Amino acid sequence: MSKRVVVDPVTRIEGHLRIEAVLNDQGVVDDAISSGTMWRGLEVILKGRDPRDAWAFCERICGVCTTVHALASVRSVESALNITIPKNAEIIRNIMELTQYVQDHVIHFYHLHALDWVDVVSALKADPAATAALAQKVSPRWPLATAGYFSDVAGTLKKFVESGQLGIFQNAYWGHPAYKLPPEANLMAVAHYLEALKWQKEVVKIHTVFGGKNPHPHYLVGGTGAAINLNGDNAINMERLEFVRGLILDAQNIVEQLYIPDLLAVASFYPEWTTYGGGLGNYMVYGDIPQNGVNDPSKFKFPRGIILNKNLSEVLPVDPADANQIQEQIPHSWYKYPEGKLALHPWDGVTEANYTGPKPPYAQLDENAGYSFVKAPRWKEHAMEVGPLARMLVGFASGRDDFKEVVTDALGRLKLQPAALFSTLGRTAARGLESRLAAKWLLEEYDRLIANLKAGDSVTANTTRWDPKTWPEDCKGVGVEEAPRGALGHWIHIKDQKIANYQIVVPSTWNASPKDAKGQRGAYEAALLGTPMADPKRPLELLRTIHSFDPCLACATHVTSSEGETLAELVVR
Amino acid sequence: METKPRLPVLWLHGLECTCCSESFIRSSHPLAQDVLLNLVSLDYDDTLQAAAGFQVEEIRRDVMKKYKGGYILAVEGNAPTADGGVYCTVGGDSFLNVLTETAKDAKLVVAWGSCASNGCVQAAKPNPTGAKPINQVISGKPIINVPGCPPIAEVMTGVLTYILTFDALPELDRQGRPKMFYGQRLHDKCYRRAFFDAGQFVESWDDDGAKKGWCLYKMGCRGPSTYNSCSTFKWNCGQGWPVNSGHPCIGCAEEGFWDNGPFYQRLSNVVVPGIEATPDKIGETLLAVSGIGVAAHLVSTVTRRQFAHIKPEDEPASGGDKAEKE
Repeated sequence: MSKRVVVDPVTRIEGHLRIEAVLNDQGVVDDAISSGTMWRGLEVILKGRDPRDAWAFCERICGVCTTVHALASVRSVESALNITIPKNAEIIRNIMELTQYVQDHVIHFYHLHALDWVDVVSALKADPAATAALAQKVSPRWPLATAGYFSDVAGTLKKFVESGQLGIFQNAYWGHPAYKLPPEANLMAVAHYLEALKWQKEVVKIHTVFGGKNPHPHYLVGGTGAAINLNGDNAINMERLEFVRGLILDAQNIVEQLYIPDLLAVASFYPEWTTYGGGLGNYMVYGDIPQNGVNDPSKFKFPRGIILNKNLSEVLPVDPADANQIQEQIPHSWYKYPEGKLALHPWDGVTEANYTGPKPPYAQLDENAGYSFVKAPRWKEHAMEVGPLARMLVGFASGRDDFKEVVTDALGRLKLQPAALFSTLGRTAARGLESRLAAKWLLEEYDRLIANLKAGDSVTANTTRWDPKTWPEDCKGVGVEEAPRGALGHWIHIKDQKIANYQIVVPSTWNASPKDAKGQRGAYEAALLGTPMADPKRPLELLRTIHSFDPCLACATHVTSSEGETLAELVVR
Repeated sequence: METKPRLPVLWLHGLECTCCSESFIRSSHPLAQDVLLNLVSLDYDDTLQAAAGFQVEEIRRDVMKKYKGGYILAVEGNAPTADGGVYCTVGGDSFLNVLTETAKDAKLVVAWGSCASNGCVQAAKPNPTGAKPINQVISGKPIINVPGCPPIAEVMTGVLTYILTFDALPELDRQGRPKMFYGQRLHDKCYRRAFFDAGQFVESWDDDGAKKGWCLYKMGCRGPSTYNSCSTFKWNCGQGWPVNSGHPCIGCAEEGFWDNGPFYQRLSNVVVPGIEATPDKIGETLLAVSGIGVAAHLVSTVTRRQFAHIKPEDEPASGGDKAEKE
């Protein structure tokens, strides 16, 4: 007899996600649905506003992936108004984005994902001296690896557990048979959970320098608000630049000496997880980190492209502006389209909420009806996975040396074949490998900034189209980006100097998508199929695969709602 | 503190973006790990906790029973009230139900950020989900509003450590905000204030004034109408705030700031002070011409500040003073 497992709330993610999985007699997942259970209506709220303000509204789609929606938003407005930003602004934005990658990925690994693999309670049995020996072997250049250090961490943990108040660690799955790390590896991971927590607040100071604060640094249509004055004491000068450079070097150290060694050490205990969680096998990347403006994808550090059916010998092109490529469907989403419309490109996007789910409180959703506030975006009717794994695969398949180097290095150290990447562990590893690239590129972008300053260019904003009087009456733009969680697009329609329509298709909309009209599952749903569960009451295995995507549901369900009469206004005619 | 049980905290998430949680873990003093391991017992927080699904709902109900009247309810985000609350559900129930149920036996409620305090972005016009701040859906409990999008990390941890250290609520103003962090306009402590007083303004992005760090008032800066600690102890361990990075303040700690735009339109049609205008004169002008985009309550707040010696804040703040005595 089949059994239904419901996980709601899925924790250690951003936003509100519900998973319902159907297990067969062997306790293996046979079917799964992914449901986004909140939305806020950002797109409706943006209508009629000043396009230059949109970045601030959009940035509030998500505070975990802060900055990414602000960037996509200013890019969409600049695309519509045909604004080319100065070189310094391009570099500063790249530095802010890459900073977000490193910070976000480290937080994901240690604070959102690690507890799926690390048994905190088992760490109490660890021998501090043996832990130190393990740590020195795993990362010889990381200095905090003495018996005394681990003894202190163990003492803190022991005191905490003995207090009987387990806080965020209570009622979890400790002792679950799917945990495989020895006590020493668990203690090392707990120590590094705390180290990473301490460090993440430092690297974001790069955002403070260029954007004034973090979370939610400030952006500007046309460039950056931050001016550069190498001979002044009240703008970006040598002191601020050196401060940024130091933080970049620290970030490289954390990625190379802490994150990657821990990732590989943990992965080596879970080889079976290279066989679960593969999912769709279709990957989409818009590409990012421009070196010659956003209109020249050939110079992006993350190359653009599509991989279908795990075929790494071919990378297909993708065009976000082509009305026939990216379209959103809603057969299982709580929305309504105008009569006769089944799939819409975002420039023609319509969103009218139409909740048809059960009245809360409810026990179960109906997979044959609407079951999510997430739409189903498709590329040429294919369901796609987006994110770090997609980027690493497209980079690898495009023959980029830097991608090949980090991928082959990791596969070699774990003694795995490239096919192992199509899995839960592959997704988790790809995030780490991409952090190596991001940390390396951060310094490259910093050097590029210095070189540009040396050449005498200190311009940071293009103001020729700041004044709305200079704008065309009617124009459309698209701003795409590779956010840490994957391909992100903002489509804008500006009319009479105001936002006429604004549509956002985010990474987690792709990954958390419900089924489409053909019954094709979204990436989460597909990845859960075939996963064995040791104990359906303690859904550790489901969490591993879901967390490997780093879900961000506030992003996925930012979408609009409206009363019936508002619907008409939303339709772009 | 060592032998005392740590105060249980149930941290709920409604309609929000999690920027408050992210800000919270940026705290440098105290460190987030000290808060988690030594100060409070964060028993429910879907961003950080290890368990998921029914196990976490079980924790919430257990704490509500075991520590009846003795736990802190921290709320990040707010509740959609339209259409029976279907626009945010947790564990199959509406967030509105979860929130009211959890508030019932809480000792006090901390409303993190502008969402919980004022409604923030989802409550901006036309507020399609009927999103309401916490003090409009919860009554009969002391509520501390900690606005900002997000609030500064040390403001958040500072509120908690004050409560734990002194076993009392901090003094609150009329809007339920702790006076220790929301007592002054950013403008009053802005390091660019001298340029405002001297009539030296950025007129265009990246112009000479921008490179010299002149006042951003003409570019739309909300510093003159925003109460927060940004210009006092700044962000990310004192590294800066938006004005430091050459961008105007957007007033994210003020009620209704999303609808007080456009952001790059300066606050009012007030005549910009000329060279050598006195700060007092400027203050008077600001008050006299309250003008476009400044909500009435802000004006009254500004007015109150101008006559601070009259002590207008001693009216009770949404039940806060009462709780202080308990």
